[in-house]
Amino acid sequence: MKNRWLPALVLSPSIIMVGICVYGFIAFTFYLSFTASTILPTMTLATESNYERLFSLRNFFLSVKNLGVFSVLYIVISMLLGMFLAILIDQRIRAESLFRSIFLYPMALSFIVTGTAWKWLLDPSIGFERTMRLMGFENFVFDWIKDGEMAIYTVVIAAVWQTSGFVMALFLAGLRGIDGEVLNAARVDGAKNWRIYWRVIIPQLGPSFISSFVILAHMAIKSYDLVIALTGGGPGRATWLPSVFMYQYTFTRNEMAVGAASAVVMLIGIAIVVIPYVRREMRLNKGVQP
Amino acid sequence: MSTTPVMSHKPRGIKWDRVALYAVLLLLAFMFLMPIYVMLINSIKPLAEIRGGNLVSFPLEPTLEPWLQAWSLAQIGVEATGLKPYFANSFLMVIPAVLISTALGALNGYVLTQFKVKGGTLIFGLVLFSVFIPFQIVLIPMARLLGELGIAGSVKGLILVHTIYGIGFGTLFFRNFYAAFPQELVKSARMDGAGFFVLFWRLMLPASLPIVVVNIIWQFTNIWNDFLFGASFSDYTSYPLTVALNNLVSSSTGVKEYNVHFAGAFIAALPTLVVYIVSGKYFVRGLMAGSVKG
Repeated sequence: MKNRWLPALVLSPSIIMVGICVYGFIAFTFYLSFTASTILPTMTLATESNYERLFSLRNFFLSVKNLGVFSVLYIVISMLLGMFLAILIDQRIRAESLFRSIFLYPMALSFIVTGTAWKWLLDPSIGFERTMRLMGFENFVFDWIKDGEMAIYTVVIAAVWQTSGFVMALFLAGLRGIDGEVLNAARVDGAKNWRIYWRVIIPQLGPSFISSFVILAHMAIKSYDLVIALTGGGPGRATWLPSVFMYQYTFTRNEMAVGAASAVVMLIGIAIVVIPYVRREMRLNKGVQP
Repeated sequence: MSTTPVMSHKPRGIKWDRVALYAVLLLLAFMFLMPIYVMLINSIKPLAEIRGGNLVSFPLEPTLEPWLQAWSLAQIGVEATGLKPYFANSFLMVIPAVLISTALGALNGYVLTQFKVKGGTLIFGLVLFSVFIPFQIVLIPMARLLGELGIAGSVKGLILVHTIYGIGFGTLFFRNFYAAFPQELVKSARMDGAGFFVLFWRLMLPASLPIVVVNIIWQFTNIWNDFLFGASFSDYTSYPLTVALNNLVSSSTGVKEYNVHFAGAFIAALPTLVVYIVSGKYFVRGLMAGSVKG
C-alpha cells in the first residue's frame, strides 16, 4: 500500500463523530452533572452536590428500586424461558423454523407497539380480566396495570414476551455448538435425556448465559419506550425507571443538572455490565490485527 | 446456525413425551401469537363491538374504518392527518441513516481488519462500547448540537443522530466478518496491484453481501423502532411513526378508540414485521452477531 494515510483518513469521519457525539457528550453530561443547570445547560458549577440531591430524592430511590425488581425478574424469567424454548426447539421437532419464527417475531416490533398491545390486553376494562369474566369466570381479577404495587410486574410480562425469543436464539446457537462426542459418551452410559441436559449440556452453555445476561441487563437499564407506552410511568409514579426519571427531571421539571447526574449513574451501571465483555472482544481483536 | 440437533429420540413405543412436547410448544406458540392476534382482530371491529364483547372473539361486522382512521384521519399533530405523514417521516429518516451508517461501518471494518492502524484495538473497543451506552447520557448535548446546526426538530436532525449512533453496530458487524476473510485472496489482489479502494470495492464488498444485508436489516429495525431520539429531537412536523403512535394512543381527550389504536400499532409494526418475515435468517444473524463467539 502506497497511501499509508488513506486507511486513517477513511476511518477519521467515524472517529470524529463517535469521539464527539459519544465520548465528548459523555464528558459534557458528566460536567453538567456538577453545574447549576436548570432549564438550560449552564457552565456555572453548583454550590451543592447534585449527586447528593439525586440520592436523597424519593423519586430516584423509587426508580432504582423499580429497576431492581424489573431487571432481576426480567433477566431471570427471560433466560429460563428462552433456554426452555431452545431446548424444546432442539428436540428434532417438526416445523422447527415456524416455531422459531413465532417465538422470535416480537423482537422485530417496536417497544411502543408492544406497549400499546399489552396496555389494552392488561387493561381490566377491556382486556384479559373482562374477557375471562365474559367467558364465565365472574370473579376473575387481573388489574395489576392499575395497581401501583403490581404495575411494575406488567412491564416484566411485556418485556419478557418481547425478548425471550432472542434468548432462545442465543441458547439454540449454544446448544448446536456442543461437541457431539461428549453427548454420545453420556448416552452410551445410559443417561436419561433430562439428565444429559442437566449434567452435560447446560453446564457447557456458559457463553450463551453470559451473552444473554449482558444483553438483557443492558436492555433493562436502558428500558424506556416500553414503560412510556405501557404505563406512562404510572399509575402515579409506580413504574418509573431511572430512564424515565432522567427524562422527567431534565426536560419537564427543569432540573437538568440532576437529570444529568442520573444519566451518569445509568452509564456507570451499564459500564459495570458491559466493560468486561468489551475488554474480552478487544483481547480477541489483538489476534486479528494485521 | 447448523442443524445438527443435540438430542435424537428413539423411534419406538407410544411417544407420549413427543405428544407432551408438541402440546407445550403449541401452548407457548399460542401465548406468543396472542397479542398480535388480538391487535389484528380488534383493529377490524367497530368500537361498540370491542366495548360490548371480548377481545378474542371474531368481529361480527368487520370494518376497515379503524385502519382508515389511523392511517389518514386521526388527530395527532395540529391537523387531523392520521399516521400517514409520520409513516413518511420514518422512511425519510430510516433510508439515509441506514445507507450512510452501513457504508461507514463497512469501510471501518475493512480498515480495522486489513490495515495496521495505530491504536486500532482501542478504537474498536471504544466504538464497541458506544453500542451499549444509555442514550440518556447524550440527550442534552445532542439537543444543543442539533440546535447549533439549525436542524433541531427536523428529519435531517434525526438522520444525523441515527447515523452517528449506528456506526458502532455497523463497525462491529463488518469487522467480525472481515476478520475471518481469507488473507490469501487479499494478498494476491494486492500483488496484482489493487489499491485501497479497488481492493474494497472489487473484492471485499462483493464478498460481504450477506453481512451488508444483515447490517441493513438490523439498522432498519433499530432506527424504525426508535422512540427516545424521536421523542427528544422532533416536533409535530417531523415525528417518526413511533412517536406519532404513542401520541395517538396516550392522548387522554375523548373516547378511547381501541380499534384505531390497534390499527395504528399494526401500521407501525408492519414494515419491520415484513422485513422479519421476508428475511428472518438475516435478522437472526444480526441479533447474534457479536453475542456468541468462542
